[in-house]
Amino acid sequence: MQDQYLLENRAGDAPVLETSAASPAHLTRLKRVRWREWPIEMLLFGAAGFSILINVGIVGTLIYESLVFFRHVSLWDFLTDPLWTPLFADPHYGILPLLCGTVMTSLIALAVAVPVGTIIALYLSEFASPWVREAIKPVLELLSAVPTVVFGYFALLFMTPLLQKFIPDLPGFNMLSAGLVMGIMIIPYVSSLSEDAMQAVPMLLREGAYACGANRLTTALRVVFPAALSGIGASYILAISRAVGETMIVAVAAGMQPNLTWNPLKGAATVTAYIVQVSLGDLPHGSIGYQTIFAAGLALFLLTLVFNILGHLLRRRFREVY
Amino acid sequence: MREMDSYIARSLWQDRMFACLGVLCTVFGLAALCALLVKLALDGASRIDWQFFFSYPSRHASRAGILSAWVGTLVVMSVTFCTAIPLGIAAGIYLEEYARKNWLTHIIEVNIANLAGVPSIIFGLMALGLLVYLLHLGQSVLAAGLTLGFLVLPIVIVATREALRAIPTEIREASYALGASKWQTVWHHLLPYASGGIATGVIIAMSRAIGETAPLITIGALTFIAFLPPSPVSPSPPFLSLDWLHSAFTVLPIQMFNWVSRPQQEFHLNAAATGLVLIVFTLSLNALAIIIRYRMRRRIKW
Amino acid sequence: MADKLSRATLVKPSSRMAAKAHLEPVENLFMNPEAAPAGHVCKASVRNLNFFYGNNQVLKSVSLDFYQNRVTALIGPSGCGKTTLLRCFNRMHDLYPHTRYEGEIILYPDGINIIHPDTNPLEMRLRIGMVFQKPNPFPKSIFENVAFGLRLRGVRGSLLQDKVEAALNAAALWEETKDRLRESAYKLSGGQQQRLCIARALAADPEILLFDEPTSALDPVATARIEELIISLKSRVTIIIVTHNMQQAGRLSDFTGFLYLGELIEFDRTATMFTTPAHPMTQDYLTGRFG
Ligand SMILES: Nc1ncnc2c1ncn2[C@@H]1O[C@H](COP(=O)(O)OP(=O)(O)O)[C@@H](O)[C@H]1O
Ligand SMILES: [Mg+2]
Repeated sequence: MQDQYLLENRAGDAPVLETSAASPAHLTRLKRVRWREWPIEMLLFGAAGFSILINVGIVGTLIYESLVFFRHVSLWDFLTDPLWTPLFADPHYGILPLLCGTVMTSLIALAVAVPVGTIIALYLSEFASPWVREAIKPVLELLSAVPTVVFGYFALLFMTPLLQKFIPDLPGFNMLSAGLVMGIMIIPYVSSLSEDAMQAVPMLLREGAYACGANRLTTALRVVFPAALSGIGASYILAISRAVGETMIVAVAAGMQPNLTWNPLKGAATVTAYIVQVSLGDLPHGSIGYQTIFAAGLALFLLTLVFNILGHLLRRRFREVY
Repeated sequence: MREMDSYIARSLWQDRMFACLGVLCTVFGLAALCALLVKLALDGASRIDWQFFFSYPSRHASRAGILSAWVGTLVVMSVTFCTAIPLGIAAGIYLEEYARKNWLTHIIEVNIANLAGVPSIIFGLMALGLLVYLLHLGQSVLAAGLTLGFLVLPIVIVATREALRAIPTEIREASYALGASKWQTVWHHLLPYASGGIATGVIIAMSRAIGETAPLITIGALTFIAFLPPSPVSPSPPFLSLDWLHSAFTVLPIQMFNWVSRPQQEFHLNAAATGLVLIVFTLSLNALAIIIRYRMRRRIKW
Repeated sequence: MADKLSRATLVKPSSRMAAKAHLEPVENLFMNPEAAPAGHVCKASVRNLNFFYGNNQVLKSVSLDFYQNRVTALIGPSGCGKTTLLRCFNRMHDLYPHTRYEGEIILYPDGINIIHPDTNPLEMRLRIGMVFQKPNPFPKSIFENVAFGLRLRGVRGSLLQDKVEAALNAAALWEETKDRLRESAYKLSGGQQQRLCIARALAADPEILLFDEPTSALDPVATARIEELIISLKSRVTIIIVTHNMQQAGRLSDFTGFLYLGELIEFDRTATMFTTPAHPMTQDYLTGRFG
């Protein structure tokens, strides 16, 4: 200990090794430096650990307020009642209509984003020249940088009138238009992340396919796509998670009426749109109406949590392969 | 032989068809972006003038403006900036340079990954229960800024970590070899080299925060604000005041949401104009990030 | 037979600058086009091949012949252009921008020029198989790996099964894999993966099989098995193999070409070149004085 002074370091960094040649004065200086830096490290650690606090805050708030809610409403009613009318004289607290709206709009969005995003990714990765790829990718990513309320405006005042030209009796608020625009918004999530996954496929694998006489399309679909599958899957999962949690587009364009329907031409509220609707009014803190948004939020949180975990597992596999 | 010829012809045809399809889909994405911009510009451009920027919202669409909204966005963003940037960069430094590979680090990483995936409106609910009521911050600029700061924290952390990870180990070793301590290495070498990457992350984070609507609606931001937060400087001692932190506020996206939800056509024009302002903000921030990233890639080659 | 051919080496006096003399190729009977030695049928003939990566000329006026059902080895120090030459045969360079061919590679018997812009690379790749330096099976089952090239050609049903089995047999892999054809190819060992890649190339019945240092990533036992396999394949296909291992070239090949800095220095029967190299450079390389 006296001869050697080993400053602790994470494995991989250069350990600062002081040999016996160091003078005692030098040693104390090092100790002092280390002592002086201890608060810095603690501060940094505190910043990193803060994310735990935020998570605890999220989960804690949702569960705490939901528990109050579930003291009034049974979990069974919450999950099976086909009506969501918490603010009516005869209140019903069935989450199904809201979930139905969320699932419908998300499905429409995914029906747009997954095929279009995947084709763009395949095209940019396997067909386009590197120059085109480098130019197009950031521009497409701007799509997901547009504020969602702007997309809501676009859905309500551009997409819906456009669709009404083909479907004359389409109401002003409908899930189809909101879902389509949401799909456009999440295209870059699919295309960029899938393209990254495809770019990570080693060239050697492609060369193997080309050497067998395959054309670009076969190489892309039968070799690159399966090889990048876990990364592509992770991009789909992220897209799902974004669609489920998307708020403003549906709040603006899909209407805010809870509606248990599978008809995309109707308007319906999603879980998120309901939370917005309640927040816009001023419900007294602590009322049952106030607690409903936490119960709805908890359902939404659990839903996205499942997808986030799935995506996390897929991404980890994707990292292991190469 | 003929078989081979037909295979080759078919292959070429397939490739060409898919290339067309790919171009089509790419153009679809780009066209959607263009349509959005053009729609906003066509609807909103006529409303954009000085009066629009310097008026409060009003019951008369043609007299309404976005003064309180853009000032609100500015003050909320300053709180967000002061929350997310130091916290995010510090957390990134800790995880990349200090953290040992143990369960605690793993838990922190899982937490950050989870935060990145939580829908923004959930942050709003958390802020409503925790900041607004439990900590009694009320529906204030401070609560809003903190909410958005937490929301974009993962973006800053991830960008910081990636920027630090891109610095080769030799740089660290060279610094240690000169007798620098860990923090000196981080402060004098790593942070300056990583600044480009961190800056892009910060810009992306701020552009995301500017456009966020849902969490602020959830904490109860008012949609009709006809006053400005109190000035941070005052003519009498102590000259500086933090009252603006506790002021009620509205922001651009909420103002836009408010106008677009009204049935009257005239208010839609105001919404479009607000959207135009908003989108010019966010897209130029993103363009800036792209430029920084592009120039960084050309300049630095380890 | 070929033995009748005495080694008639004509060292043409160099007409170029003396400074470049050491690089001047040695010409011999085998380097004379159109005149295959008795008992040999020319399968492919490289004529004045130049190859460029951008402005960087990597192959300089290379000319040599490859004979049917013979193994030809390409040797030379690393970076001399062996891989580049090999990949001209199946137009692999077409996959990358800024590459340019000049000259011709004639494929017999039809006399088609492989590198002519009008020649379709797909056709060449269907007729000429390749095995890479590192085993590169697809992320699919063992069966699907071998069936890949066959499916492209529209082979289906029991014929597909039979051909896959035959290819795996030919690659000496059938016994080890017949019970696990549906398993992922990544579960095989490195040597098995490389044999799988050989089976994949063989399944399509290629006329020429290109090997780019096929054993450089393998252990000695796996290497020995691949070498046996290559010798056994000679009766089926023409083989061109790049190797940095001179012993391997000696064991496997009938002919050897020595490349240096993108030029063909010497081309001859392996036995002849390894015992009495005509060019001092070859001698130096073979005795390990550089490389
Ligand atoms: N993709 C490429 N771009 C530019 N130059 C290359 C590329 N591949 C190889 N080269 C150059 O071509 C020369 C020959 O390479 P190669 O054929 O791979 O050599 P060998 O296989 O004999 O070791 C080398 O000098 C190398 O630097
Ligand atoms: Mg090579």
